[in-house]
Formats: sequence, structure tokens, C-alpha cells
Amino acid sequence: MNFHAIRAIYVFEMARAGRTLLQSVVSPVLSTSLYFVVFGSAIGSRMADIDGVSYGAFIVPGLIMLTLLMQSISNASFAIYFPRFTGTIYEVLSAPVSFVEILTGYVGAAATKSVILGLIILATAAVFVPLQINHPIWMLGFLVLTAVTFSLFGFIIGIWADGFEKLQLVPLLIVTPLTFLGGSFYSIDMLPPLWRTVTLFNPVVYLISGFRWSFYGVSDVSIGVSLTMTLAFLALCLITVWWIFRTGYRLKS
Amino acid sequence: MHPVISVSRLSKTYASGHVALKAIDLEIRRGEIFALLGPNGAGKTTLISIICGLVNPTEGSVRADGHDIVRDYRAARAKIGLVPQELTADAFETVWATVSFSRGLFGRGPNPAYIEKILRDLSLWDKRDSKLMTLSGGMKRRVLIAKALSHEPQILFLDEPTAGVDVELRRDMWNVVRALRDSGVTIILTTHYLEEAEEMADRIGVISRGELILVEEKTALMRRLGKKVLTVQLPAALARLPDSLANYQLALSEDGTELVYSYDAAIEDSGITALLQDLAREGIAFKDLHTEQSSLEDIFVSLVKDNR
Repeated sequence: MNFHAIRAIYVFEMARAGRTLLQSVVSPVLSTSLYFVVFGSAIGSRMADIDGVSYGAFIVPGLIMLTLLMQSISNASFAIYFPRFTGTIYEVLSAPVSFVEILTGYVGAAATKSVILGLIILATAAVFVPLQINHPIWMLGFLVLTAVTFSLFGFIIGIWADGFEKLQLVPLLIVTPLTFLGGSFYSIDMLPPLWRTVTLFNPVVYLISGFRWSFYGVSDVSIGVSLTMTLAFLALCLITVWWIFRTGYRLKS
Repeated sequence: MHPVISVSRLSKTYASGHVALKAIDLEIRRGEIFALLGPNGAGKTTLISIICGLVNPTEGSVRADGHDIVRDYRAARAKIGLVPQELTADAFETVWATVSFSRGLFGRGPNPAYIEKILRDLSLWDKRDSKLMTLSGGMKRRVLIAKALSHEPQILFLDEPTAGVDVELRRDMWNVVRALRDSGVTIILTTHYLEEAEEMADRIGVISRGELILVEEKTALMRRLGKKVLTVQLPAALARLPDSLANYQLALSEDGTELVYSYDAAIEDSGITALLQDLAREGIAFKDLHTEQSSLEDIFVSLVKDNR
């Protein structure tokens, strides 16, 4: 195991985040605050409690997940796409590293950044609504697991994309709708039965449901199912990345 | 002595169907400067890219310092440094950070003293805190060399190291490369500046259309293929060549004041003595004479032309 390489990539990526602090931290915090003001305070005050949780508090886990998914994907996809774009990827490809080390470095850094961001948003939320976290360990566990899984997913997108447009395409056209329709702002029990069934095919439902359970002890689907589905997606991403490095897809000719 | 790199039956066919390399065999000796010459698209970069792990070989194998580059890639790659042809660099990084990054990536623990030495050797020390985007092209090239040397490799690949570099900097770069060779690093460089190969290399390989058409000591190559030219300057213009000199296939310059004789320097009897005697017999006096070695460029052009 080439630990020096992992460290080098990790430090490089974290330093890159440091240079773009304003863009990486301020903008997600600002947009989440706006959600809290509009949905939490303004509209939320006129909404009934859901499963005994006030609406403002109910949307907190969903909003953190929304940011976590978007940031994990964009951090990781950009991290690997940019060296491909500029050509500096040659160095990583010619280095004595396996895909495990490359992944640990890039995905580790991307996940770290989004977990930190998630916690910042959690702190921001506490300013607007009274928070309650029933299972803090599980909460952190879900946070990290989701960040890692979607950073991996982002890494795959960063390798697949052959232009900046494609880099934006998946987060914009797939992840945003899935998150909004995945129960960020409502409980899926509120949907008609048909749509509830359709929704169960949305992987984000399981993430948000499990995450919300760690806060309030209530969930749309059981915590075991949430965990299993998240781990299954993680495994799928890992297999894809393994295949990418084995075949050299988009990396080596 | 074992070759430091041995390439055997190496072929590469790209997905597009383009055949870049056709069963190349090549051995690089430890401590030499080997120049790989060839026109654009001949397969130079493909060969280097395979050895360094950037391109998958279609067939054949490569061993670097005894390690197979596919099966034992960690050991093999740790020995190799690569300076790519394109000036690619992380624009926002500082020189120090990017060179330190390379060292770590290649599995070496931090060693600020060594990094300092490289930067000083490459005249980059003053620029250590500069961001790469503020550097000139020549400086960026040096940074890429520093990155390639950061993990103390035994083998250094330089892909077109002086492409687009001005003359003065090119001489600087040659000195850097020579100093590296003196420190025991084996250097493989590709170039299409023949001057560069002629100036630097111990051995030369010529690649054309994916085939290595020649590998030879530079001096032997020059000697073997080197034609020489004797130019005789006459005090008075000659209207036409006397028939008695027809055997020599002389060329008379337009103004009639120069006779040009081509001969093979490697042959025992070059014919110069006889020519000069025959000139004297014809009563042709001469003012001056000089000989010229044909350059590697001429050799190269004739080799590649023959291969077409």
C-alpha cells in the first residue's frame, strides 16, 4: 500500500478546497439558509406536524442530504475530471499506485469536504429550528456513508464525462429530481399508494429516510432496509470503479 | 550488465485500428543517454507511454530494472520518471507544492532537503513559491523535470524535452540532462531535433511507422552512414569539367569556382589522393579546400525515406 500517495492526493485535494473556500462553503450554506427561511419559517409555520415533528425540523435531514449528495458528486467528479481535462492525470497514471490508493485519496478528500459541509449546514439549521438528534452515532454514520458513496458516484461521473456539460448533466438532471422527489420536503406516506410504490425505486428515499430516523426516530422505510440499499449502491459504485481501472476506460487507450 | 529496460515484441494497435507499434525489441543500457528519433506519428510517444503505464500494450512485454511493467508495476514505476511532451501543470499550485506532491505520489516520504537540491539544480529555487501559471514555458518544463526527478528515479524519460524551447534554454537543458547522466540516471529522450540527438546521445534508435529501423552507437552510426563532402575552391572559374575527371562524379558550382566531391569516409581508399593528383595533371590549381561530415539529419532523412 502506497500511503504516501494517498496522503499526497488527499492533501492536494484539501488544499484545492481551501483555495475555493468561498465557493465551497458559503454558497451551500446560503442556499440552505434560504430553504429554512422559506420552507421552515414562512411556510412551515402554517403546516401541520409530520409524525409529531414540526415541519421546519422535518426538512432538516432532507436538506442536509440534498447538499451532501450534490457536493459529494461535484467535488469528486471535478477532482478527477479536471486533471483529465488539463492532462496532469498522466502523473497519477504513471505512479506506482493502484486504484485503491487513487480512490482513497480522491474520494476520501471529496467525502471529507462534504461531511464538513453537512455539519456546517446542521449547525446553520440549529439557528432556525430547535434540533433533536436521537441517534447521533447513526446520524454521523449515515452522513459519512452517504458522502463516501456519492463521492464514488461522482468519481465515476468525472471519468465518464468528456466535457464540462456532461459533468453538470447528471447532478442537474438526475440527482436534483431524485432528491426533491425522495422525501426531502415530505413523508412518502403523504403520497397516493401508486406513487408511493414508484418512489420506492428512488434510491435517495432510503438515504433520507434512514438519515431522518437518526434524528427523530421516525422513518418511511425501516432503518435496516435504508442501510442495505445504501450499502448496495456503494458496492455497485465500487464494482464500476474497479472495472474502470481494470479496463482503463477513458483513462488509458 | 543487464539492460535497465528491455522491451520485447511490443505491439500496440489502438481501438481506432491504427497500428502504432509493430513488435518492437529494444534494450536500453544502464547509465546511457538513448535518443529515440523519428518523424511525427512514428510511435515514439506510444512507446514511452506504454513503458510508463499510460497506454496498455496490445502484445509483448517490457521490463524496467528487471520488473515487469504490468505484473510488477509498483516496483517498475517507482524506478521511472516521466517528463511529458505537453506542458501540463496544475496552474494554481506552487512549484514547491507540486514537486512535493509528485514525490509523495511515487511513494516516497517527504525530504525537503532533496527537493531543495533538485530545485536549485534546475534553477527553480527562486521560484519555489510561485504559482505555476506565472511561469514561462521554459520554467514550466523545468518544473516538469523536477517533478519527474522528485522520487529519485533511475530511469528518466524525456518526451521532446526541448520542443518549443529557445536555443539558449535548449543548451541549458542539455547541460541538465548531462549532469543527470553523470549522476547515474539512465535517460531516454525522444526528439525530432537531430541536432539534439547528435549532441547528447550515446546511442540512437530510429523509429518510423511503428518499427525500429535502426539502433546504433551514435559515433558508429555517423561513421557508418556518414558521407563526407570535399569542396575544392578554384582561383579561376572553370567553364566545364575535363572528361578525364568524369569518374569522380564531381559537381561544378554554377559560377565555376567550386568543385564538390562526395565520398564515403568509412572506406579505406576515399579517392582524394587520386583526385588531387588528377586535378594537378589537368593543370587545375586550387585556392582552398575543406571537408564536411554529413549530419545526422542527412542520415536520418535517407533512412526514413528508404523505409517508405
